[in-house]
Amino acid sequence: MQSIYYFCGMIQNDTIIALATPSGAGAIAVIRLSGIDAVKLVSENFQSVTDGKKLSSQKTHTIHLGHIVDGKKTMDEVLVSIFKNPHSYTGEDVIEISCHGSPYIQQEIIQLFLRKGCRMANAGEFTLRAFLNGKLDLSQAEAVADLIASDNEASHQIAMQQMRGGFSSEIAKLREELLNFASLIELELDFAEEDVEFADRTQFSDLIDRIIFVLKRLIDSFAVGNVIKNGIPVAIVGEPNVGKSTLLNALLNEERAIVSEIAGTTRDTIEDEISIGGIGFRFIDTAGIRETQDVVETIGIKKTFEKIEQSQVVIYLFDVSNSIEKLDQVSVEIWKIKNKYPQKPLLIIANKIDKLDDNQLASLQETIPEVKLLSAKTGFGVEQLTNSLLNLINTGALRNNETIVTNTRHYDALLKAFEEIQKVKHGLDSGLSGDLMAIDVREALYYFGLITGEVTNDDLLGNIFANFCIGK
Amino acid sequence: MFNEVYDVIVVGAGHAGSEAAAAAANMGSKTLLITMNLQNIAQMSCNPAMGGIAKGQIVREIDALGGYSGIVSDTSAIQFKMLNKSKGPAMWSPRVQSDRMRFAEDWRMLLENTPNLDFYQEMVSGLIIENHKVVGVKTSLGITVKAKTVVLTNGTFLNGLIHIGDKNFGGGRAGERAATGITEQLVDLGFDSGRMKTGTPPRVDGRSLDYSKMVEQPGDDVPQKFSFLDITKPLIEQRSCHMTYTSPEVHDLLREGFERSPMFNGRIKSLGPRYCPSIEDKINRFADKDRHQLFVEPEGWNTVEVYVNGFSTSLPEDVQFKALRSVAGFENVKFFRPGYAIEYDYFPPTQLQHTLETKLIDGLYFAGQINGTTGYEEAASQGLMAGINASLKVQEKEAFTLSRSEAYIGVLIDDLITKGTEEPYRMFTSRAEYRTLLRQDNADFRLTPKGYKIGLASEKRLKRMEEKQKASDNFVQFFRDTSVKPEEINPILDANDSSLMKQSDKMFKIFARPNITIDDMRKVESVNDYIVDNNLDDEVIEQAEIQVKYSGYIEKEKNNADKLSRLENIKIPKDFDYSKLKSMSMEAREKLNKIQPVTISQASRISGVSPSDVSVLLVYMGR
Repeated sequence: MQSIYYFCGMIQNDTIIALATPSGAGAIAVIRLSGIDAVKLVSENFQSVTDGKKLSSQKTHTIHLGHIVDGKKTMDEVLVSIFKNPHSYTGEDVIEISCHGSPYIQQEIIQLFLRKGCRMANAGEFTLRAFLNGKLDLSQAEAVADLIASDNEASHQIAMQQMRGGFSSEIAKLREELLNFASLIELELDFAEEDVEFADRTQFSDLIDRIIFVLKRLIDSFAVGNVIKNGIPVAIVGEPNVGKSTLLNALLNEERAIVSEIAGTTRDTIEDEISIGGIGFRFIDTAGIRETQDVVETIGIKKTFEKIEQSQVVIYLFDVSNSIEKLDQVSVEIWKIKNKYPQKPLLIIANKIDKLDDNQLASLQETIPEVKLLSAKTGFGVEQLTNSLLNLINTGALRNNETIVTNTRHYDALLKAFEEIQKVKHGLDSGLSGDLMAIDVREALYYFGLITGEVTNDDLLGNIFANFCIGK
Repeated sequence: MFNEVYDVIVVGAGHAGSEAAAAAANMGSKTLLITMNLQNIAQMSCNPAMGGIAKGQIVREIDALGGYSGIVSDTSAIQFKMLNKSKGPAMWSPRVQSDRMRFAEDWRMLLENTPNLDFYQEMVSGLIIENHKVVGVKTSLGITVKAKTVVLTNGTFLNGLIHIGDKNFGGGRAGERAATGITEQLVDLGFDSGRMKTGTPPRVDGRSLDYSKMVEQPGDDVPQKFSFLDITKPLIEQRSCHMTYTSPEVHDLLREGFERSPMFNGRIKSLGPRYCPSIEDKINRFADKDRHQLFVEPEGWNTVEVYVNGFSTSLPEDVQFKALRSVAGFENVKFFRPGYAIEYDYFPPTQLQHTLETKLIDGLYFAGQINGTTGYEEAASQGLMAGINASLKVQEKEAFTLSRSEAYIGVLIDDLITKGTEEPYRMFTSRAEYRTLLRQDNADFRLTPKGYKIGLASEKRLKRMEEKQKASDNFVQFFRDTSVKPEEINPILDANDSSLMKQSDKMFKIFARPNITIDDMRKVESVNDYIVDNNLDDEVIEQAEIQVKYSGYIEKEKNNADKLSRLENIKIPKDFDYSKLKSMSMEAREKLNKIQPVTISQASRISGVSPSDVSVLLVYMGR
């Protein structure tokens, strides 16, 4: 039954939001809102550079310069484009906000609108709406369906990846607690005549307080978590020309333009932010640690170690095509890093393996068993590398045992669940009857269901029958 | 003997069959009710009670549509209780204890007085099918009767097998034989069938009980009733039930019989309901509980027979007897009949359409336990819907179905045909998404106009409902429009620990506060004057109170239900071939092909169909 809310949203033209440009850092990013309240919501959080100009009274197909504001706080200077229905991509009212390209700003703006009542768009939902509103040709149906299916699968996989480790067990526990709560409420509603002990209101209160506590912590972890805000620092250790920028571009997925340069004045460190699987990674270029007599380069080595110090992950990248004869030297450098930072996750990557023959490949793998093979040029090994990076997150290697919410969709669901739980608490405090509280509890359970999979009423009844002796 | 072609033949005259026959006949269809024993029309095979939580709402819905269950429940009642009165109004659930014999008698009288309805006593042993369409029935004596539609309501009779201890014998109910032939024919026609199990407790001689050792359970001080019509009246006198408990000693005695229990020695293979377990099941599964409640329910005004609710069992009769004699108040108990378990055939209800017509055979309808449900109310409501739809089909009119936001009956049928059921299906309020809308007090608002439109609910019924609605709407509007001064309302608020008013305000807001009841509001002079001047009865006052106090929640659920109805409106073409939808998961395609949902909304409720599968489907159904 719960999934019905999901589709109601689709049909209802409720307002959805998502990043329209690929995630990660870029010069600018476009955030798109579509739905019945799109214009109103942006208008309420937009301050034009022209005094007193109201977005809501502007014509369709116009662009406006101003600031996205949250109360008194200014978030970013943006350009807002208005497309009124039916003349928009989805056929609904659409607003596109062109903001600055930092993932931090993107997330802050999206979160602002989620708090104001937007919903995170489902995979392929803009396209689906466009189709349902007659914006796409019927012959495109197959393509749209495939897109939705594959997008869903992809986003599901990413979500699943992010859910391993602390987060998933915490959410599962929380959902179980809530399910328990719901079952206890249903128990006293549907089985009032039965000879079972009903939970008293204090027990309910304790349970809800516990749920609120955990929810709040999870939500806060998203707000303050460094992960999304700044990206996870990854030091790339490697000589010039080993293929660092080719690698970064490969990680960025082909067609994307290159990457912002944050500390651009001195060329000694370049930082590139890339979002992989919804998680920001900040790649820090370093000069490498090859021993040399050159004074300038010696300073470079010192700097490299400083950067490694600040990073949470180290990628050691070398050009295997010109170092296959000098693998000993490579091994020594790897040993140096390992020796100095035994706790730091280290990925050893041999680039340009397309230039090796089978014998050379075998000798490489024998000398450095943990090496990962890469051809940044052909794309070979890129996926393995992104998986390795994500695995570090999921296995908790980068966390201090603290569950951090990293996925905006999860954040959205938690936020909505939290709202409903607050209503339940209010109901408990004011002595509201269980059948009315159950309405809010069910909605909260639905939002948990968005993270963990479906929950149905049958779950509740099953839970009751398993735990209580029911039946005359 | 039967030369004419009936519009509707109803096979079986239990709760489902009786409602089906009454509805079809009342809608003008020439109807024949065939049952194995005309002395046993509308038997209460199990407990002598109608209604209860979620079930009471269903009885009210049946009544609102123009069925008979509510009226008979009222005329045969010996005790009335509004359950869950301390909870919100959606939970208020009427229940009566019934005079078992009078219940059956009143049903028979009502049916005999229904125009267009013929009766015949015989066992139907088969259907006559031509080109996937039912055209009549055959009886065991070889008589054939022609009909345009047939409603099967066989209850527990199809290959019924009764178990008492290590004995078992064919039968549809204690003392009645089983029905054979129909299952086999339907399976040959391509239907899936399965087995289910249910049970019933011993009936005993009330004169042999010591009620002084039990707790008396009287009815409500101010009893209400089921029917929205004024032809029935609330009870003036009532009979009490009594409550007692089992004990560890009783449990030990019962355990001694476990090895001869068909439940535990594997003789009964089919699944019984988890919420209606036998006493042996209870002490086995919840071994840490050292006592279980037993309700001692009188079977009528005059009979000495009583029903031992909570002691359903299929243990050997000597074990039942010995154990029950150890229960407080039962020391000298005399048995009328032992408890037993019964296994019977059912047909997984996913083989049905929303109208309860089978997908395989045109004009053939199933209702009641044959669909895997349990309970008189569940059965009666299906019978009603099947009877209505059979009649509409004959009249070539549009089918009549109810949505999940309109009625528990809608929830029931949609659950059955969409999800099927593994155990006997009983209604619970938690099965409904919008239970705040599906209240017993507004069943007439929800359904009487619909019942009238299809020609079942009488004009009188509609008028009564319209008057009630108008009066309660006006009363609600009065609270919205009328202000009250602080000096008048503050003493009332103060007495209820509710925060005081600083200036005059509309009474709606005050009335909507928790803890403030209509009795409090009546202390305001203008409110009392309004009630007296307009001569408002309790029903209207209660209706207005519910609408004021729960307006927020009712609105919220209404909005959600409206959204749902948009999905309900996206129809899927008949016999849609899902196998070509390659973007959909294999499991979803298989399930959808099998169930053939009518709307996108129904598709989304099928287990194994994910949100992304439904998105894909939405795309194919277009705008």
